[in-house]
Amino acid sequence: MAKRIDVSGLSAYYGSTRAIDDISMTIEPRSVTAFIGPSGCGKSTFLRTLNRMHEVIPGARVEGKVLLDDENLYGANVDPVAVRRSVGMVFQRPNPFPTMSIYDNVVAGLKLAGVKKKSVLDGVVEKSLQGANLWNEVKDRLGKPGAGLSGGQQQRLCIARAIAVEPEVLLMDEPCSALDPISTLAIEDLIGELKSQFTIVIVTHNMQQAARVSDRTAFFNLAGVGQPGKLVELDDTQRIFSNPSVQATEDYISGRFG
Amino acid sequence: MTSAPPADARGRARRSRGDSRRGDNVFFNLSRGSGILLLVVMAAIAGFLAYRSFLALGKNEGNFLTTFEWTPDATEPVFGIAVLTFGTLVSAFVAMVIAVPVAVGIALFISHYAPRRIAQPFAYLVDLLAAVPSIVYGLWGVLFLVPHMDGLTGWMDQYLGWTYVFDQSSTGVPPRNLFTVGILLAIMVLPIITAVTREVFRQVPRMHEEAALALGATRWEMIRTAVLPFGRPGIISASMLGLGRALGETIAVATVLSTNSQLSLHLLDPGGGTFAQNIALKFNEAQPLGRDALMASGLVLFVITLLVNGAARMIIARRKEYSGAAA
Repeated sequence: MAKRIDVSGLSAYYGSTRAIDDISMTIEPRSVTAFIGPSGCGKSTFLRTLNRMHEVIPGARVEGKVLLDDENLYGANVDPVAVRRSVGMVFQRPNPFPTMSIYDNVVAGLKLAGVKKKSVLDGVVEKSLQGANLWNEVKDRLGKPGAGLSGGQQQRLCIARAIAVEPEVLLMDEPCSALDPISTLAIEDLIGELKSQFTIVIVTHNMQQAARVSDRTAFFNLAGVGQPGKLVELDDTQRIFSNPSVQATEDYISGRFG
Repeated sequence: MTSAPPADARGRARRSRGDSRRGDNVFFNLSRGSGILLLVVMAAIAGFLAYRSFLALGKNEGNFLTTFEWTPDATEPVFGIAVLTFGTLVSAFVAMVIAVPVAVGIALFISHYAPRRIAQPFAYLVDLLAAVPSIVYGLWGVLFLVPHMDGLTGWMDQYLGWTYVFDQSSTGVPPRNLFTVGILLAIMVLPIITAVTREVFRQVPRMHEEAALALGATRWEMIRTAVLPFGRPGIISASMLGLGRALGETIAVATVLSTNSQLSLHLLDPGGGTFAQNIALKFNEAQPLGRDALMASGLVLFVITLLVNGAARMIIARRKEYSGAAA
């Protein structure tokens, strides 16, 4: 079910401001690709164009193409709601629905898709929570509110919620930036397991994290404040961190940036 | 000059530190005083009403709770609140059934559907409705609403008459009934409920809305999964504010409702009464005992309002752990 992402000539705008400029890249299925770069370089914006979440902000729009295998996400007859069902997303701050139990959080996406059968939902809850390495911690309190879990558990609950609908791609926007190191490690281990089933794209500010979890790394940069972000290079993670082909990348990862 | 600030500047700095501590004290006492003042006023109203009620109830020859008549100044004083309780609760209930869904709809339109250009003036317009004096609503009700109710009441009589409640037994009289009053009250409480729920909906964290959208929710599904559950306590609180006004509304009800001391479940038949309307109509001509009797009915309204608010608090508290306050 994992699919290849093929982006060509993609620019994103907020009103008349161009946030990212002419980005093209290919992301292979069943791999982890990390986006790194300074704040404001557009890596989160770019990530949000991959499931059409960018356009939920008033005035935001996108030019260019994103192919999921062969289907253009920005094609004329494509429903953004359907896109978001096949490209899941995990956010920077854990955001389980505060008014729902753990169980209801996991099945929220399925219920939106019209699945109502209790036996199916029960199975998905166990499978997804197992998949998010959370099952053993919460199996006795599935009826309790999701907001009562620790931050790390909440984030794994959000991952369970995202994978419950069996998306083809999983986007993660700095999923560990609000978590302590132990919870971070748990999420990173999880990413390693999930990549056998999903195409994973992760935005991170933590370069060690990018080096630990990803197969490929993309470095984004911007020429200056107010300038649109650009993709500087995308290469195997090992190469980016040992011998990048662009000087700016080396400056950034070795801390000589700016 | 820069290394040694002039003496008066240093003095000012010291003074301003002292001021800020004094400011703390002043503010603390001011806010505590306001809190105490509120309790004192509440206690004074309750005590006053209870005392005057006590005087009246001792002389009542009828059963206060079940008597229909209100003749406290007769030689054999008889008065009871059965008609008033029924009329007050029913008209307020009708008002809430109509107003809450409409208000939530308007609030959602302003907070989540309308473009900002339209939302702002529209919200302002709704707020303006709250500023219209209730006598104006009353006049509009009796001069416009009552003569134009025939179509609706006829339709309800025909298709909903089987419910008994909407069966119209008397025809040809103006519909100055509890149902019309309910509609009028609904319009009057609409802006309060709308304003409060609108603010609550605006405060739904963006991240919860995005969580729903990212799962493939349409806009309506996003509102159903993220906005409405989060806003639920706010909707209840707003409804209670509106209900308080509906229960206590005086002049508009007194203008529209034709009075009689009958208790009828046929809501489309004219007549009925509410606590506030009854007090407004009878107070001027009342003798001392009559006034005390009206105070007693006022105390009942006071207690009903407290009970309703208490019930709402309990509903909100029961689901506190799901309220989103912990997130």
